Amino acid sequence: MAGPRNISVSEASRPVLPRHAKLKYDETRKVWVILAPERVLAPDEIAVEVLQLCDGKRNVGDVSDQLAAKYAAPREAILADVIVMLQDLADKGFLTEAREKTP
Amino acid sequence: MSDVLPTISPDAGDSLAVLEKSRSTAETFGIPLAVLLEITHRCPLQCPYCSNPVELDRSGKELTTEEWKKVLSELAEIGVLQVHFSGGEPTARKDLVELVKHASDVGLYTNLITSAVLLTRERLSELADAGLCHVQISFQGIEEGLADRVAGYRGGHRKKLEVAKWTRELDLPLTVNAVMHRQNLHQLPDIIQMSIDLDADRLEVANVQYYGWALKNRAALMPTVAQLDECTRIVEEARERLKGRLTIDYVVPDYYALRPKKCMGGWGRQFFNISPAGKVLPCHAAESITGLDFESVRSNHSIAWIWQNSDAFNRYRGTGWMKEPCRSCEFREIDFGGCRCQAFALTGDAANTDPACALSPLHETIFKQAEREAEGETNRFLYRNFAGGTLESGNDA
Repeated sequence: MAGPRNISVSEASRPVLPRHAKLKYDETRKVWVILAPERVLAPDEIAVEVLQLCDGKRNVGDVSDQLAAKYAAPREAILADVIVMLQDLADKGFLTEAREKTP
Repeated sequence: MSDVLPTISPDAGDSLAVLEKSRSTAETFGIPLAVLLEITHRCPLQCPYCSNPVELDRSGKELTTEEWKKVLSELAEIGVLQVHFSGGEPTARKDLVELVKHASDVGLYTNLITSAVLLTRERLSELADAGLCHVQISFQGIEEGLADRVAGYRGGHRKKLEVAKWTRELDLPLTVNAVMHRQNLHQLPDIIQMSIDLDADRLEVANVQYYGWALKNRAALMPTVAQLDECTRIVEEARERLKGRLTIDYVVPDYYALRPKKCMGGWGRQFFNISPAGKVLPCHAAESITGLDFESVRSNHSIAWIWQNSDAFNRYRGTGWMKEPCRSCEFREIDFGGCRCQAFALTGDAANTDPACALSPLHETIFKQAEREAEGETNRFLYRNFAGGTLESGNDA
């Protein structure tokens, strides 16, 4: 049935790209892209890294923990950036939330 | 392959830049990100604004399954990322599932642009299993009286609603494509609501563009200025209200604009389509321009070669071909002189300024004529078909 709409991204959400948005490495142009209906988005390096961690199991807090450790950066700053980026993607309709009890 | 690379420079500061909007700065033209495949001109509908050429390709000229598969592989190899299966009615091809499967196998993102009336639930399910990523269904109105009359196909509207429901049940994203004109613009608020009710993610509010069939039907389709202003207001209000729920793409008819549209993003800059017979075209209406020779995928040239080197693509590329008032115009690299097909249809020379532009010497005359037609009482359609069109019976003369 219908995917969730008007997602509000928070530390506890477990976002994932929906079936119709595909993250792919474009061999011709040597860039990462998100393919979506009638759109091709070019996520920057950080966005790619965040999206690769968004598997529907980790929540936004987990993702931020991981990035904070990797870059030895303040977690709160990373968390804020991650939420802004994911909310932007959600507002464009290219993000969904993993449902409870995902098999 | 480096000579066909596009210039991708996402706007600084936007972590999710939209690629199509990036500017191409060089005189080399990268392979487009998305390609429109008009796999057949056959269609059970007869919409009077059909974007296909008035002279349609007969089924005997269509590329075979193997030829289309070869095209799909080649497109993926040269860097195309998305393909739109369109027509005519693409589901009229018996091999559509096979073609979608092949496109998915070579890594292409696939869209289906359909009238939906020939689909069964089983076939749609097969398409989903073959990897189809997105379904776009055209609607001609909000209720079957008007919608079926515009399409010239009884029972069509009801069937479309059914297929839209199946699309969502199969968890495929849905775009509602509403082609708008004088006779259905009053239904726009209900079409927006219908899109929500059908659980669509996107709505295309596409005002008719007046070439080919639509130009023949201009007097029956042209909206009034007041209608168009109202349409814009409704779209803007809905966009704000439905942010994050429904994306609305909006196309206005360029007759009422002062500046022409940057048609196709500029001739040969970011778009091509392939016709049922395999012609590689800078625009789906390009064959209406006489005197241009379009190369075919059946020739011994590669698609990348045709895109970069063929005369038809190079004829109106960039700004070197321009005459006045385009040549010295400060907007020449913003709109590239508008639409070549429209310039040809309305002035007889594709190198003239598109009359949609206020700087065209013909703009005033054509605008006035369109305005008169919009106020007129001619509502009778010339339906699109292989016989060159059939006049609607029963409506006004």
